[in-house]
Amino acid sequence: MSDEKRKYTTVSIPVQLYEKIKQRIEGTGFTSVSDYVTYVLREVLASLEEEEKEEVFSKEEEEKVKERLRALGYLD
Amino acid sequence: MVSRPHGGRLVRRTVSDNTRERIVGEQHEYPAVTIDRGTAIDLENIAHGVYSPLDGFLTGEDYESVLDHMRLSDDTPWTIPVLLDADEPGFVEGDAILLFHAGTPVARMHVEDIYRYDKRHLALKVFGTDDPEHPGVMKVHSMNDYLVGGEIELLNEIPNEFGRYTLRPVETRVLFRERGWDTVVAFQTRNVPHTGHEYVQKAALTFVDGLFINPVLGKKKPGDYRDEVIIKAYEVLFEHYYPKDAATLATVRYEMRYAGPREAIHHAIMRKNFGCTHFIVGRDHAGVGDYYGPYDAWKIFDEFPDLGITPMFIREAFYCRKCAGMVNAKICPHGGEHHEKISGTRLRRMITGGIQPPEHLMRPEVFEVISSFEKPFVE
Repeated sequence: MSDEKRKYTTVSIPVQLYEKIKQRIEGTGFTSVSDYVTYVLREVLASLEEEEKEEVFSKEEEEKVKERLRALGYLD
Repeated sequence: MVSRPHGGRLVRRTVSDNTRERIVGEQHEYPAVTIDRGTAIDLENIAHGVYSPLDGFLTGEDYESVLDHMRLSDDTPWTIPVLLDADEPGFVEGDAILLFHAGTPVARMHVEDIYRYDKRHLALKVFGTDDPEHPGVMKVHSMNDYLVGGEIELLNEIPNEFGRYTLRPVETRVLFRERGWDTVVAFQTRNVPHTGHEYVQKAALTFVDGLFINPVLGKKKPGDYRDEVIIKAYEVLFEHYYPKDAATLATVRYEMRYAGPREAIHHAIMRKNFGCTHFIVGRDHAGVGDYYGPYDAWKIFDEFPDLGITPMFIREAFYCRKCAGMVNAKICPHGGEHHEKISGTRLRRMITGGIQPPEHLMRPEVFEVISSFEKPFVE
């Protein structure tokens, strides 16, 4: 999937914000405002996802797992 | 709370005993593909969620996305393509096939995609080189000409002589929770522990609730420590020097790719799936020869703000005679003339010659365990 084949879309942000970001990324590793915005959005989304509840195993399954962990000496 | 599985869900692609019996009973109705041990191990790791969110081998779209962007096509960070290669297939997309290893049916696969690929391009993207001397590149060149993508269902595990220490992500997640560990740091190793390892592990443990030592068992080259030696050495180290309520040991079967920085990310993802929140990244992590810069595996983490596991970059440890202890370059003010670097090669040479390394380089109990083996190294 080359860059030409990769799907992109357009998001509008205020011009002033665009200019601020443009200034901020000067001399950093970011080559464009789009790169920076993508990075920040990924970071934000990931941190929101981290707060979501961990998947829950069924009681029965969890008990089975604990039994094996006890048998192997991992749990008392 | 332990880490969320990578991609948000812990994959489990195993089948019930009844289903297994039925599929194995019908095995002659399926096209068969024979896979090598490395692919069979990948298969197990997919099935038990070590490679979550993968539920099978990569399709063409994901393959290209991983090569070009180090992400799956849904934008999830993923750096190492997990592939099933086949010679001219006698099946088509939409078929179900059986994968055999050592004569045993190990999985059923639902074929979604069959595609050709450029081996040189794959090598350059993943390993940063197409030098045939690189072990990963060598492996790529030995692969068949087609790749097959699609979901798998595990039918049979490949024999495992270290079942006692084999834990799956579903088990480590329960274990960490039961022990009350909200933060867990993982340490990957393919070696017996010396005091440098111990220093790094304990430095990391200082900042989290639990330490998860996760030796990689798999293909070894001559001169490497044998798997049972590594495990026994850690057992004795745990017994004498580690807090029982803050450290644990479990193995993972995995075949190294030696892809340096890309593989460091992959190793972190695997440990995230085990439930770890932190991962110790070594100097020249997953490197081989001089294909990668010593800190390339640290820099690459900057590209993944959404990885969901925190890398811990702990500098290489050495012994300082002036400090009279293990230190690293950041915390020791003394010159090189006071330092004693820990060389694995030197330790191996001493052990082979029956010479006990000094206690500040290797715990005597560890040396004793290694010495108790007639042949501690792979020949």
